[in-house]
Amino acid sequence: MHATAQARTFPVPAAGPQVKSRRWLVLRRAASARMAIVGMIVLVGAVGVAVFAPFVAPYDPLKQDLANLLAPPSASHVLGTDNVGRDILARVIWGARVSLIAGAGSVAIAALAGCLLGLLAGYWRGPVDDLVMRIMDAVLSFPALVLALALGAVLGAGLGSVLIALGVVYAPTFARLMRGQVLTIRMREYVQAARLLGAPDWRILQRHVLPNAATPIVVQASLSVAFAILAEASLSFLGLGVRPPEPSWGGMINAGRGYLQQAPWIVFGPGAALFVTVLGLNFVGDAVRDALDPRS
Amino acid sequence: MGQLIARRLVATVPVLVLVTLGVFLLIHLVPGDPVEAMLGESQDETAKQTLRKELGFDQPLPVQYATWASKLVRGDLGKSVRSGAPVIEDVARRIRPSLELAVFAMVISLSVAVPLGILSATNRNTAIDTGGTTFALFGICMPNFLLALLLIFVFGVKLHWLPIASFVDPVEDPINGIRSLTLPAITLGLALAAVVTRTLRSSLLEMLNEDYVRTARAKGLTENAIVNKHALKNALIPVVTVLGLQFGTLIGGAVITEYVFALPGVGRLVVDAVFARDYPLVQGVVLLIALGFIASNLLVDITYGWLDPRIRYSA
Repeated sequence: MHATAQARTFPVPAAGPQVKSRRWLVLRRAASARMAIVGMIVLVGAVGVAVFAPFVAPYDPLKQDLANLLAPPSASHVLGTDNVGRDILARVIWGARVSLIAGAGSVAIAALAGCLLGLLAGYWRGPVDDLVMRIMDAVLSFPALVLALALGAVLGAGLGSVLIALGVVYAPTFARLMRGQVLTIRMREYVQAARLLGAPDWRILQRHVLPNAATPIVVQASLSVAFAILAEASLSFLGLGVRPPEPSWGGMINAGRGYLQQAPWIVFGPGAALFVTVLGLNFVGDAVRDALDPRS
Repeated sequence: MGQLIARRLVATVPVLVLVTLGVFLLIHLVPGDPVEAMLGESQDETAKQTLRKELGFDQPLPVQYATWASKLVRGDLGKSVRSGAPVIEDVARRIRPSLELAVFAMVISLSVAVPLGILSATNRNTAIDTGGTTFALFGICMPNFLLALLLIFVFGVKLHWLPIASFVDPVEDPINGIRSLTLPAITLGLALAAVVTRTLRSSLLEMLNEDYVRTARAKGLTENAIVNKHALKNALIPVVTVLGLQFGTLIGGAVITEYVFALPGVGRLVVDAVFARDYPLVQGVVLLIALGFIASNLLVDITYGWLDPRIRYSA
């Protein structure tokens, strides 16, 4: 009991004033990159638009206006209208919700599942490690989009299926990263000391291993969101994302490709939104990586 | 080298078993009855029972897997529910356009990426470098289906320079074949070109700071000779790895590209099978793609060991 209590108060290296100043340094480094600021503006803008979509969108994204079919961009419809007269800008704004939820949600699922599996594999080693890592290798043996497509096909179209499919696709990357970190950290003196003092495994993992293994996971997560948004748009483009008439950028682009000659704005509006968001997220991801990378 | 190949082959076996298990279980992930999903509600009960029996659904799961795997070993990937044709025949019919597209995309991306990567690295922090890195960033962030539609809009709809949705086999009609594959190959090759440009630039920059390059400069060699004879060869090693790893991206990209340009390839076959809820066909094609991906990764591992002896001896 005494030993456990001592283990509970065992100092975690990543705590205290030194860490605070290091965090501040990391934030300053991230903010000092010009591209990171541009990325942050894009990200904040996209999140703001997605959250406040009901207030920002000029029209109902599902409302059809048969008097305004395929109307070009104008003062009343800034990005024009589609083949059933729906306002493209309103649909782009509402589509931001789907993209950001899919991007952040699937990466969160992947990070949670991957980290848990990596933690199990790295900490307990042996048969658990072998089994978990071989399963991860098997998942990585499928091209990402093909696996997501196959899972989407069997699970059916919808945001939930997309989240699960992309979560499965990206989980092995996090599992490998976490396992690598845990393998190093579990041999450190402070972890061995905590074990000798009788601290239970879950406490060692929670208090000593996880906080010290988090940095590369954060970097990977920040870099993965952009790719997850692209993957969701690809699945929606193929008809396996959010079901129409709900707006999603990929779905809107697919719907517009039949009208490329008469009304290219149906494709260009959501296309530009998708490209700019992914670009911004890449800038942010690169800045996070540079700020947290000890070599930089 | 033989030891390295043997080790890699042995390590692949459990992965292969798990991949087949995963693909086998795919059809059982369908919510509800997969046969109902495939045939719909309009089909009569006898047809459903026949299909259930044909797919072995009346057997316990381990027996189903054993039967499926034993057929697999004999090259039987099952039959399409829609056409009744063996999956392997469907894939064999569709593989040629996919391979032609992949080769063309690879040629385009390498002929853009290698000179651009070299120019970026040798002109660091100049306008050329900015151009190269901007191109790489553009290629990484641009969704291929959007690029495809932009290319169709500009070169097909506006300028009428290139066909937008008609496939001609380049082996049978080289000029029209290349014309029909140009836009799809650019679409597919851009992301690869972006990644190769980035990798080559950074690895060449690293090489140009090595001691042996300094020695070559001290000996009075020209900058061209230093890059071409010394630094570039070593800088290309990571590019080989990246090319191998990008094979998966190429296949994923091919699915979208073939869908947009209506090319009769394997990627289009997957999408059509998904839309038709033809799960045995989805299973078969996905398994073949995964096997191709595993084989390419294995080949990259072995090539890397052949190129870099340190890998060979540490394996």
